[in-house]
Amino acid sequence: MTLTLAILIASAAVYSWKFLGYLVPARFLERPVVSRTASLLTVALLAALLATQAFTTQSEIRFDGRVIALLVAAALLKFRAPFLVVVLVAAVVAALLRTLGV
Amino acid sequence: MARSQVETMSLGVGIATGLYGISFGALSVAAGLEIWQTQLLSILMFSGGSQFAFIGVVASGGLASLPAAIASAWLLGIRNGFYALQMKPLLGVLGWKTPIAAQFNIDETTGVATAQSNLADTRKGFWLTGLSVFVFWNLLTFAGALLGESIGDPSAFGLDAAAAAAFLGLLWPRLRELQPIAVAVAAGVIAVVLSPMLPAGLPILIAALAAVVIGGINLFATKSGDEGVNK
Repeated sequence: MTLTLAILIASAAVYSWKFLGYLVPARFLERPVVSRTASLLTVALLAALLATQAFTTQSEIRFDGRVIALLVAAALLKFRAPFLVVVLVAAVVAALLRTLGV
Repeated sequence: MARSQVETMSLGVGIATGLYGISFGALSVAAGLEIWQTQLLSILMFSGGSQFAFIGVVASGGLASLPAAIASAWLLGIRNGFYALQMKPLLGVLGWKTPIAAQFNIDETTGVATAQSNLADTRKGFWLTGLSVFVFWNLLTFAGALLGESIGDPSAFGLDAAAAAAFLGLLWPRLRELQPIAVAVAAGVIAVVLSPMLPAGLPILIAALAAVVIGGINLFATKSGDEGVNK
């Protein structure tokens, strides 16, 4: 599969949810177990993506400067820093620690 | 004469959201996408969480992980369906505009629209926010992609940590109660522990089962308001 084809398929797949909301009867999706699980699904996927980005390198578990960068990011979020600031500071912290060999 | 409040809000949200399009653009190029492929994602997929997920999986697993990248983006897009459901009765009969409204069903448009006090502002807020987020998200995706291209080696500049921080930023507002926190911890641990054993991307999909199990049985449920942590 080529990257471009994957982009088109994934975009269509995401769009299918957006469109589906206009088609299905509200009753089905409004069942508590469905809406609860759907919002938890978002949490689970974001957490899994976060964890693999922060704690693995080429499929190996590794704790390095990224852990500290992530803690700094969490502190900034706690104090309601803007998204871009959080991302930038995390990058700078990780880059600095990496040049120091952490 | 001062602009109406809903117009100011739509523009502000568009600019703020667009700004993190810069980080998406840079990270996407670092993950190995071309600038035009990065732009294609922002135009066609137009859903931040799903876009970050797609490039995140591609970054760790390359071309072999494309099916998992598609599945992750798709599953993260599920909440957009719920936004559509919420907006449908508010937007009224749409006709030919339905496909456009569908594309605009994202966190920000639903947030602005449902924050209005009357139906006219709700509709105005939805369309204006959709338009302004779309424009700024795409412009700044492009700026970010150009920036990423000029940077070179992503790990030297801490872009892997930046990606993790971006996911944390998206996750943060959802961690207000015990149940989502339990799901986040379980999913994170599962994904990391499985990473050395399975092809990239697959651990993320398996970790999503934490939501199905905990949500299905309704473990760790708290009545809203019980948690004093974020007060």
